[in-house]
Amino acid sequence: MKNALGSVDTVLLLGGRSEIGLAIVDRLVRGGARRVMLAARGGTAPVEHLEKLGAQVRLADFDAARPETHEALIEHAVAELGDLDVVIPAFGVLGRQAVYDADPIAAARDVAVNFGGHVSIGLAAARRLREQGHGTLVVLSSVAGVRVRKANFVYGSAKAGLDGFAQGLADSLHGCGARVVVVRPGFVIGRMTEGMTPAPMSVTVDEVADAVVDGLRSGRRTVWVPGRLRPVFAVMRVLPQWVWRRLPR
Amino acid sequence: MTLLTGWGRTAPTPALLSRPRSAEEAAGLLRTATRRGVVARGLGRSYGDAAQNSGGLVLDCTALAPSWAHDPATGLVTASAGMSLHDLMTELVPRGWFVPVTPGTRHVTVGGAVAADVHGKNHHVDSSFGAHVRSLSLLTADGSLRVLTPADELFWATVGGMGLTGVVVEATFACIPVETSRMRVDVERTRDLDETLEVMTATDDRYRYTVAWIDLLARGGRMGRSVLTRGDHAARDDLPARMRRDPLAFAPRPRLSAPPWAPPGLLNRATVGAFNAAWYGKAPAARRGLVQGIAPFFHPLDGVAHWNRMYGSRGFVQYQFVVPFGAEGTLRRVVERLSNEGVVSFLTVLKRFGQGTPGMLSFPMPGWTLALDIPVGQRGLAGMLNLFDEWVAAAGGRLYLAKDSRMPAAMMAGTYPRLDEWRAIRDHADPDGVFRSDLARRLCL
Repeated sequence: MKNALGSVDTVLLLGGRSEIGLAIVDRLVRGGARRVMLAARGGTAPVEHLEKLGAQVRLADFDAARPETHEALIEHAVAELGDLDVVIPAFGVLGRQAVYDADPIAAARDVAVNFGGHVSIGLAAARRLREQGHGTLVVLSSVAGVRVRKANFVYGSAKAGLDGFAQGLADSLHGCGARVVVVRPGFVIGRMTEGMTPAPMSVTVDEVADAVVDGLRSGRRTVWVPGRLRPVFAVMRVLPQWVWRRLPR
Repeated sequence: MTLLTGWGRTAPTPALLSRPRSAEEAAGLLRTATRRGVVARGLGRSYGDAAQNSGGLVLDCTALAPSWAHDPATGLVTASAGMSLHDLMTELVPRGWFVPVTPGTRHVTVGGAVAADVHGKNHHVDSSFGAHVRSLSLLTADGSLRVLTPADELFWATVGGMGLTGVVVEATFACIPVETSRMRVDVERTRDLDETLEVMTATDDRYRYTVAWIDLLARGGRMGRSVLTRGDHAARDDLPARMRRDPLAFAPRPRLSAPPWAPPGLLNRATVGAFNAAWYGKAPAARRGLVQGIAPFFHPLDGVAHWNRMYGSRGFVQYQFVVPFGAEGTLRRVVERLSNEGVVSFLTVLKRFGQGTPGMLSFPMPGWTLALDIPVGQRGLAGMLNLFDEWVAAAGGRLYLAKDSRMPAAMMAGTYPRLDEWRAIRDHADPDGVFRSDLARRLCL
């Protein structure tokens, strides 16, 4: 249960080795969360650090690409943790557009993870949150999905789908006690983007995690990281197509 | 679904709210419970999440077969659990009787008084509510109504058990005779915390009811300065002549009501500081034999209906701990810290506890108890209260469940030594875990 001062007890991280995911869990544990489940492919994830902070950490095998296992995973998490206070699907793959252009099957597979996997785990989690009457689903969207660019339109379109899914889910949960926080980071400097040149207004993993934890406490529905991206994208969204198409990246 | 909170108005959760009118109806509702479970709720005066059950069923017990009976020969009162102490006092006081224990508000139910094992200003003499209960009717998870006495272990799992053993339907408890509806009160001010503790230790036993209000915003040499209010039920001869004609008159009503909305931050350092200074300033340095009504003496806050709204939409937390006698150092450190940090606590109350009851999760133990109420939103509040938890636990103390809305589960497990014993009895009475509350989930009860 979330307490009067906003601390939570339980956290479920899907994509248990995700840098951003682990950074968010780190902060929630420092804030008082005591029962954590890290769900990742092969059931391995770094536990020592969280245990040192005082959390009991469980591991679970989780494959985002196998939606038929997702409902069972949520049930398993409930059996191990009790009520789910915060659920963070943080899995995802960022492939290069050039590779996708050459390999449509790889593109479809990655979209299945980046969008489809989030839909099945998101719906399964939402059903549980609705039943328990509280809890938050954190959806890691991206500005890449706010307006899709030619430089990464496969990844961007999956994020656009995810963002729309999250908006609809948030509305469907309204009034039942549970909620969704949609996070829209810009370019995040981290393992996932290693070797890429950071875009303007890029952020670090820690900045994203801090913003998410802030959003969880404040009750905001959408979290832009950095916050300046919100007005920037208000403009980007209405740029004429011929300008947008010519943007360098 | 109805969104429910405790009196502190923090952490709202939705539940299906039903209002049974009889024990049979309540038993029928138990059978409809989902795996989210059921918990009873009274007048919602617990500050935290004790009477909330997210996604489950909450039984509003205030309509439960309102009835009461009083035997003047023994002083025993049998009342339905949904009756408020206010209603009971309205009946009993004009007949020359008074409840054995009243907390700082009359607007609690008999069932809630049992479930939280409430205490009052007479704890150092009379212990808590459970000590005066002779029998209970408890609706248990299997739908049966069980009559329990202090010889049953389930009785002491229920007293202070926060409603997690079943639904209290009725209670029989001993009341005390009074000659008048007034109190004979002595008020005195102390200069600092040392003097407060000294005076209370030396002379509390001369009074049945005692309490100290601490001016938490006073610093330096005046840190811990207090107003001591101590008294007894007035005898007929103590009253001025004009009151003697109707010595048992009792008809309190709230004089004011808080507006439905107040801006968060209304109660801040400036306003609370001004209030504290005025309160301390207006108290006489020493005044003896003041005659006061029951309501202003015991329940000053009941004079303002919905006073909890004054804290604004973010609500407030109560932090009440007890530390055993001998741990005055811990008490001093807490007061020092609060005073130095300039923490805003509207009403900070210090009280000496006497013997506790055998209630396994009952809060009081011999020692000092300090209660604070702090608006949510002060920076560093969570960390500071976590630190206090550590100090309190190290001193062998604990926190009051009826006030709690933020304690970590480990603090609960480490400071209620009879928790496992309680769990075993609860599991026996409720093997399928029908009775659940947000508090129980949060504290892993």
